[in-house]
Amino acid sequence: MTERTRPPGGAGEPDGFGDPLDQLTERPGFFAPSVGPVIGSAQPLAVSTLEQESPVFGAGSVDLGTPPGRVRIGDRVMHGLTAGAGAFVVLLIALVALFLLIKAIPSITSDRDNFLTSRNWDVDGTVLHYGVLPLLWTTVLISLLAMVLAVPVAIGIALFITQYAPKRLARPVAYVVDLLAAVPSIIYGIWGIAVLAPWMQPFANWISRHLGGFPLFADKNVQYGTVFTGGVVLAVMILPIITAVGRDVFERTPTANIEAAWALGATRWEMIRLSVLPHGRPGLVSGAMLGLGRALGETIAISLILSKVSNAGPFSWSIFDGGETFASKIANSASEFNTPKQTGAFIVAGLVLFVLTFAVNAAARAIVNRRREFS
Amino acid sequence: MTTVSTASTLGGTSSLRKAKDRTATTLIWLSFGVALVPLVWLLWTVVAKGLHAVTRHGWFTRSQRGITYREPGGGAWHAVVGTLEQVALCTAISVPIAVLVAIYLVEYGRGPLARATTFMVDILTGIPSIVASLFIYAAFITTFGGQRAGWLVSLALVMLMIPVVVRTTEEMLKLVPNELREASYALGVPKWKTITRIVLPTAASGIITGVVLGIARVAGETAPLLILVGYSPNRNYNLFSGPQGSLPGMIKDQFSNLGNTHVLINGHPATVHWAANRMWGAALTLIVLVMALNLTARLIARRSKVS
Repeated sequence: MTERTRPPGGAGEPDGFGDPLDQLTERPGFFAPSVGPVIGSAQPLAVSTLEQESPVFGAGSVDLGTPPGRVRIGDRVMHGLTAGAGAFVVLLIALVALFLLIKAIPSITSDRDNFLTSRNWDVDGTVLHYGVLPLLWTTVLISLLAMVLAVPVAIGIALFITQYAPKRLARPVAYVVDLLAAVPSIIYGIWGIAVLAPWMQPFANWISRHLGGFPLFADKNVQYGTVFTGGVVLAVMILPIITAVGRDVFERTPTANIEAAWALGATRWEMIRLSVLPHGRPGLVSGAMLGLGRALGETIAISLILSKVSNAGPFSWSIFDGGETFASKIANSASEFNTPKQTGAFIVAGLVLFVLTFAVNAAARAIVNRRREFS
Repeated sequence: MTTVSTASTLGGTSSLRKAKDRTATTLIWLSFGVALVPLVWLLWTVVAKGLHAVTRHGWFTRSQRGITYREPGGGAWHAVVGTLEQVALCTAISVPIAVLVAIYLVEYGRGPLARATTFMVDILTGIPSIVASLFIYAAFITTFGGQRAGWLVSLALVMLMIPVVVRTTEEMLKLVPNELREASYALGVPKWKTITRIVLPTAASGIITGVVLGIARVAGETAPLLILVGYSPNRNYNLFSGPQGSLPGMIKDQFSNLGNTHVLINGHPATVHWAANRMWGAALTLIVLVMALNLTARLIARRSKVS
């Protein structure tokens, strides 16, 4: 757009703002049939290309009191402000990546071990020996456990709300599930370790006694603060996210598909299997991934629940063992941020977590958006 | 259509199909129960264990100054103040930015910047609070040599609050009927004035709902507190220097000292649980605050003009 300024004397309110219609009708060519009025165009750019003397409806940026085609100063300020805010958000993410990277690189280069595959964490001295492998394993294990528990239940609740519940019940149920998301995570943490974990201990013992042969269920003599407990609490925490997405996609199942299934004599479950679930599958996948992203980054609940264990022994595959996730490691060690190098090691952990959640979230959004284009 | 081809193989309603249907119905009702159990259980635990501390005299007027984990007394005033101040600063910064971003996306958004903004708001939604905190730490403390203080927590919370407010505001602005905008344009009202005088007031209640939900989202965040500010049991009204108490910080502090249970009463060993008592008390205070915000948001949303 070319540079436009107001004419002299036109400062403040436009002259004709008080009663613009009077002015409109006085203008030559107002009823000229040659150019149709553009009604409701919210796009000032489109306007400036029109014939200069033609009246334009709804072209919000064109000041009727000034020669046509000029953009009001207020509009330019507004556009600039909002676009600036948008650019700020983009910049913010770029800055997060940039700062974490800048602070992480010195620590990665001075690490004597491989920062991805080492199992050590020795960052107190001048020589750094550390790697994020155990953190990565615990983070992924606990998040996957949470997913395995939460996804089927979330699908069930979403189906209940959209297909089974009477209308009177559907809204309160949806609200109750949303309330689960409102509980602060630190309260999940203290509830998980102080109330839920003792209650689940016999169950955990039973599993490890009967299935302890599998490395995944081996008994590691950790009371309460296990990946198992953490996974169950995480499952409750991510339930509302997955349910919300599931509800959303199930509601949008085309009525034609549902009625076609009914018309063929399907039972309710068959109707769901034939029309609702196939339609909602991509949405469910992305909802599950959003939940996964949340689970990967959950900090304080996991930090309160998981017992720290030594990494000295052989690698533990078990869900009945303690450990630390990326987020809980950083939170637990917040008081040890003394030297830049030492802090850098934790920033490396944060960077890996950032990359992980970024990838998961971006993939989830990509699936949602691709779906939106087709439907 | 696949639906038809698969479905046409269904015969009459056999007993097996009926059984399957009944099993599915049971499982789905059961999953609804599964969702209710943790919520009710958790709320009950917090209320039952926290009520004692909260109803004590001085809970909302005193701090924990000079009170050890082995003795009763003190209050959560220092923590309530800290939380309110940090959240207030965060809200003051986030809301203007978030509303402007939403306006940009709905009213102006075309082209690559708008696409990038939408994408980045999505990413911001999923950014772990600990990563946001580390970023603020890396930027303000290691780079500019700042000290840990409450306002840094607010900055980290801004990153978590912006996406919540942007998303709700965006939805609300989209619900404003286009006819209102067109009527305004038809009267020659400029676009910026249409936005500020017509679109925003129409969507106001929805935007407020988003803001309140955003506040509820950040009020219980703990990760930034661990990294960006020290916990203090004393009153500190100054956001810009020194350690500051907060409700999640108080829960964490009392949690770390749950083991301090052994005391001597008249020379006899005894077990006390004052730390646990105060931990649940702080948890109850926090949950009441957050739930009240949530209910307020729902009520405002119900009165909304546009939805």
